[in-house]
Amino acid sequence: MILTKTIPDFSLSPHVDQVGIEERASRFTKRSIKNETKLNGLMLALNMIDLTTLEGKDTEGKVKQLCYKAQHLHDSYPGLPTVAAICVYPSMVKTAKTALGNSGIKVASVATAFPSGQAPRDIKIRDTKYAVQNGADEVDMVISRGKFLEGEYNFVFDEIAAIKEACGEARLKVILETGELVTYDKVRKASDIAMYAGADFIKTSTGKISPAATMPVTLVMLEAIRDFYYKTGKKIAMKPAGGISKSKLALHYLVMLNETLGEGWMNNEWFRFGASSLANDILMQLMKLRTGVYQSPNYFSID
Amino acid sequence: MATKKNNTIKLKFDSTRNLAPAPESKSAAKIEPQYDLFINGKFEKPQNKKYFATINPATEEKLSMIAEANTADVNKAVVAARTAYDKTWKKMPPAERAKYIYRIARMIQERAREFAIIETLDGGKPIRESRDFDVPTAANHFFYYAGWADKLEYAFPNRRTEPLGVAGQIIPWNFPLLMAAWKIAPALACGNTVVLKPAENTSLTALKLAEIIQEADLPPGVVNIITGAGTTGAAIVNHADINKIAFTGSTEVGKIIQRAIAGTNKKATLELGGKAANIIFDDAPLDQAVEGVINGIFFNQGHVCCAGSRLYVQESVFKEVVRKLKDRLETLIVGDPMDKNTDIGAINSKAQLDIINKYIKIGQQEGAEMYQPSCAIPKKGFYCRPTIFTNVAQSNRIAQEEIFGPVLAIQSFRTDDEVIEKANNTPYGLSAGVWTDKGSKIFNLTTKLRAGVIWANTFNKFDPTSPFGGYKESGYGREGGLHGLNAYVNII
Repeated sequence: MILTKTIPDFSLSPHVDQVGIEERASRFTKRSIKNETKLNGLMLALNMIDLTTLEGKDTEGKVKQLCYKAQHLHDSYPGLPTVAAICVYPSMVKTAKTALGNSGIKVASVATAFPSGQAPRDIKIRDTKYAVQNGADEVDMVISRGKFLEGEYNFVFDEIAAIKEACGEARLKVILETGELVTYDKVRKASDIAMYAGADFIKTSTGKISPAATMPVTLVMLEAIRDFYYKTGKKIAMKPAGGISKSKLALHYLVMLNETLGEGWMNNEWFRFGASSLANDILMQLMKLRTGVYQSPNYFSID
Repeated sequence: MATKKNNTIKLKFDSTRNLAPAPESKSAAKIEPQYDLFINGKFEKPQNKKYFATINPATEEKLSMIAEANTADVNKAVVAARTAYDKTWKKMPPAERAKYIYRIARMIQERAREFAIIETLDGGKPIRESRDFDVPTAANHFFYYAGWADKLEYAFPNRRTEPLGVAGQIIPWNFPLLMAAWKIAPALACGNTVVLKPAENTSLTALKLAEIIQEADLPPGVVNIITGAGTTGAAIVNHADINKIAFTGSTEVGKIIQRAIAGTNKKATLELGGKAANIIFDDAPLDQAVEGVINGIFFNQGHVCCAGSRLYVQESVFKEVVRKLKDRLETLIVGDPMDKNTDIGAINSKAQLDIINKYIKIGQQEGAEMYQPSCAIPKKGFYCRPTIFTNVAQSNRIAQEEIFGPVLAIQSFRTDDEVIEKANNTPYGLSAGVWTDKGSKIFNLTTKLRAGVIWANTFNKFDPTSPFGGYKESGYGREGGLHGLNAYVNII
């Protein structure tokens, strides 16, 4: 599903002013989120989490545990939402799919030689198909950053389009790995390429490179999504990943989302947090709001 | 595949403004029921025993009663300033003067929260701005000029300087504490003494500053703060024993002052009105430019003499910029200035609101297309929705006259030369903004635009080290930075 008619010249992607975008991003953090707004925001953030484990040492047992946690975040607080998805390596997709059953929680799988993306295209396509055939609802691919930085935009574009085709019905998240792209101009350009090539989501980072998601980088991508929406009428989802482990920061992201893309994006179909430790921090804040006191981390299961 | 037409797509921002209230606490600041005149280090009752009310423009409630100084009070203040100048301040070693100024800066920082709350209550500006801009920048001005006090020989190499004497300073209502700092700090650093009059709508933070000056143990009479309206100001301007007038305010009053001091040996610096052009080229980072335009015109409800009240957009990006502006307007929160989430607070006074509404009507009558966001505004208090006009002609009054409110006039342009000519086509020349990714274009424009301050890819940035002042009817003299010292010394 390539928008062939409207593919622009990516060398003309809009420029981003570093000082300006960082100032704007910090402005969102000045919003004071209180009471019911805070409660609703925390519930929403919880519901937007892609609970993630992407370790070489992952086992089926670990993934099963995580899947149970995803459905029972904190049973002593009734009425909590579940997370949006579980994010695992392709080899764990089947396990996760079985463990989650009909809970409604999606299974997302990284693919395309995650995290480096240093593999030939046919292997990336096989990797993707393997994940989808095992039941992945969503595929998180990485772009070839080396090629992108070399200026081989067509290569990157074609690769994303090929993976999109391999995904079939699964939604495709395109990881830009913004920490390796370095400048906001490049993040903007990569976002445009990914969206025009067929991405359903654009995602900041693998979580393996520092810096991972930051508010200014996410804002650049949200603005790219906004411009794309106005040009094509097509909504693209956003997923900042890595480095968001505190509730307060998650709320700042939601403020930014709300004021950049509006209500249409304020749900887990159009926005996700890629995070592993954020869920427990939100749970602690929710318990604090309900009981008036902070509880020890010992009361919250670690996975 | 979605094939909706572009003009049918619109983002929805209805929920943005529904944040739970986050009010700053009023009780953290103490406001006395009545304030007297600060003369010779003491608070004194005015001779005619007259007081006037100062109100909170956000609620129309009375905050306090302020003394009205008459000619006799002004004379008393000038005599105190002259005595302090002759007996102590002029003779004091500069390094000692610096200590006092530094102490004032520290005390403003210590009481920053109290100052911010009072500034917001008295003037209507959002607490976010008084907390993050007005008060810290005011403290920074004192810090900066404290540093210059004993280094004047480096500011004016191979020259000697002497202070002017007594400075009469009259400041406006848009940045009450900050303007007091802009005026007092360089005057003291150069060895002058001061008689300062805040605007009658917004006297409270200047009087709080007087309390700090008293506590800082500044020698009596070095700074005198007297309150009142135009007649009090006129008494200062016309007093024979004042050596220097520093005025920030309207061009109209600036002209009156110039007439009044003509033929005397009073020096003057005047910082007057403006109608700044903000210019967006098609290669600009548009989202940041739009943010800059928003900050340029809606900062402090548009009560900013250097506000970017005219916007020129290159025609190839005109539609996109206007669309982005409209989307951004939808997310601005207008309302209670004491709420930490408020972006646009209350208009400073009923009179100013009437002026703004008059211009909004004029704009519509002139055939310009008005757009206001759908936000609700409080029923009580003085509020104005952020307003943009498109389809504006250069000859429209809304594009020529200073409105001093949240009203933006947008025009398009085709070439660099055209926009330079249009931007300069105004009696004012205080500031301008240029938005482009191309450095050479920035330099071309900054050399040709007739404005005292030109910002490139940003707007409304202030720093004590940077001079500020106007061309043409925006006044003369510079405040801030090294240049700001010039206005308070005789160079020998």
